[in-house]
Amino acid sequence: MTMEAFSSVTSRTVVLPRTDIDTDQIIPARFLRTTSREGLGQQLFSDWRYLADGRPNPDFVLNQPESAGCSVLVGGRNFGCGSSREHAPWALLDFGIRAVISTEFADIFRSNALKNGLVPVIVDDATLQWLIGHPGVEVTVDLTSSSLKLPDGKSVTFPIEPFARYCLIHGVDQLGYLLSKNNEITAYEQRHAAR
Amino acid sequence: MTTPKTLFQKVWERHEVVPQTADTPAVLFIDLHLIHEVTTPQAFSILRERGLSVRRRDLTLGTMDHSTPTRTEQVFGGKPFTIASAANQVQQLEVNCAEFGVELLNLTSDLRGIVHVIGPELGATQPGKTIVCGDSHTSTHGAFGALAFGIGTTEVGHVLATQCLLQTKAKTLAINVTGKLKPGVTAKDLVLAIIGKIGVGGGTGHVIEFRGEAIRALSMDERMTVCNMSIEAGARAGMVAPDETTFAYLKGRPRAPQGADWERAVADWRTLVTDEGATFDREVTIDANTVEPMISWGTHPGMVAAVSGSVPASSNDPVFDKALSYMGFSAGQKLAGSPINVVFVGSCTNSRLSDLRAAASVLKGRKIARGVQMLVVPGSQQIKKQAEAEGLDKVFIEAGAEWRESGCSMCLGMNGDIVGKGQYSVSTSNRNFEGRQGVGARTLLASPLTAAASAVRGTITDPRDLL
Repeated sequence: MTMEAFSSVTSRTVVLPRTDIDTDQIIPARFLRTTSREGLGQQLFSDWRYLADGRPNPDFVLNQPESAGCSVLVGGRNFGCGSSREHAPWALLDFGIRAVISTEFADIFRSNALKNGLVPVIVDDATLQWLIGHPGVEVTVDLTSSSLKLPDGKSVTFPIEPFARYCLIHGVDQLGYLLSKNNEITAYEQRHAAR
Repeated sequence: MTTPKTLFQKVWERHEVVPQTADTPAVLFIDLHLIHEVTTPQAFSILRERGLSVRRRDLTLGTMDHSTPTRTEQVFGGKPFTIASAANQVQQLEVNCAEFGVELLNLTSDLRGIVHVIGPELGATQPGKTIVCGDSHTSTHGAFGALAFGIGTTEVGHVLATQCLLQTKAKTLAINVTGKLKPGVTAKDLVLAIIGKIGVGGGTGHVIEFRGEAIRALSMDERMTVCNMSIEAGARAGMVAPDETTFAYLKGRPRAPQGADWERAVADWRTLVTDEGATFDREVTIDANTVEPMISWGTHPGMVAAVSGSVPASSNDPVFDKALSYMGFSAGQKLAGSPINVVFVGSCTNSRLSDLRAAASVLKGRKIARGVQMLVVPGSQQIKKQAEAEGLDKVFIEAGAEWRESGCSMCLGMNGDIVGKGQYSVSTSNRNFEGRQGVGARTLLASPLTAAASAVRGTITDPRDLL
């Protein structure tokens, strides 16, 4: 299972202005009774996206025609809080989202996203508010320069750990890196056993 | 002279296989990996695809809790699960643990229970350990002075294969709790008040150390309740330095050190305190004397108020309006006296023996209100047995509540124990997100005392009215 390499994505944005969007909203617990990671995009934001009878809710942004094909999601502060379910980034990716922009991400969601090729883009509040006020604008998330290019030609840089960035750009899977530290791990285990 | 260190720094440094550099995260060794049926199937698939084995089976322990039924006839009587996919997931864990040689406390084991309840109960959770699990409430184990945090499924695969994780060091946040909790005010009320104060993102990027007189006075069960909900403040982990209370809890537990090893372990554990003069990145102080019985009124655990208080007055915040509309409350509405439909006592937050005793102390000699459904779900099979030995099951059943087998149950409804659309549920669990307990369910987070008192009256009730 290797991660798809990511260097940049250019897309119109889909905007979910709510703060504290938790992973129970991104994918409700009843859809976690699966043993696979495939096909979860169908259930992305299920309780907001579908009406009680299963039809798409026309008021929900992901169901609106202008959202089709968008791969950058803009969300309010503290995106991805709550449960550690990796099904949340799996569902976003399966739906076609490659980057999420917010002022703050919950730690476990952010870690899970980075391990799957979903880029968490942290911006200042003014940039976020501008994006929320201008839904559907075309932006570019460029990982090689760690920057978000806005339609007015302005560009803001976003923080990302060098290691995570390297792995994303080169499609390196972190398990391979950990396995390469086998000698160090064995030495640690021996020191510990002796203690 | 050595630099003073925080508890977190000490535990972190003990587990550095490869230290963090400017370009690479640390390789951190994991002492205990707890696994369950929901967040591991895809990780075992990774091992299979790559031909890898579990590196340290001796440090890996499996149980089943999220998707498991709580009805006795479904756990022990061979009656089929209500939900086929849940049965399949449980079966898959059996297969994976057998194939990879991992110890599993399976459905009918008398040691089975909620993963964060059984670790401490068995004495596997110990001060100074690094403990992970594919579940955000792994923070619970920090009550023992362990560094314990939730991970995703990819990381579960990392730990299975290498017993290590790639980690970047978190910042530290000290939460100093001065004073003393008043009678009728519990650890749950304290942690809800803390989250209300610092916010659901207030701990993001930080490991919290809970300190101060009020924390020292808490039992291990209570410290677990506090650390359990650290994640609801967004924290990476929550910790309490080990002390005599910790040692007394662990002594004699089957997986705790025994004999001469015990003495050596305790001597070591005593060093796991934040040194005088060590600094935290942030500090917050809360006076326990001012904490009241708390309840959530909105759709995240930071939206809380005193049970005797009200929903906040209206604001211009659209999130506030959405939360109130989902909950069917109005701005400024008084909370006590508002009708409820369901009461749930359980979850990794509040399902331990002391929680059941607290709920039973309110219910003893009383009946729950007509039309209210109450579910009492112990945290483990051992707790169930202990509660039955004390006659708590009879108190619950006589009051009109249902007494079930252990599991996560109605906290997230994966096993089919759900709250109906639009219904109000006073729940001792940890999350009141939209739909958490069932589509359209309205969750009101509270302590076991408040939950039991509300069951009796059929309305949101300050437990001190009935004590």
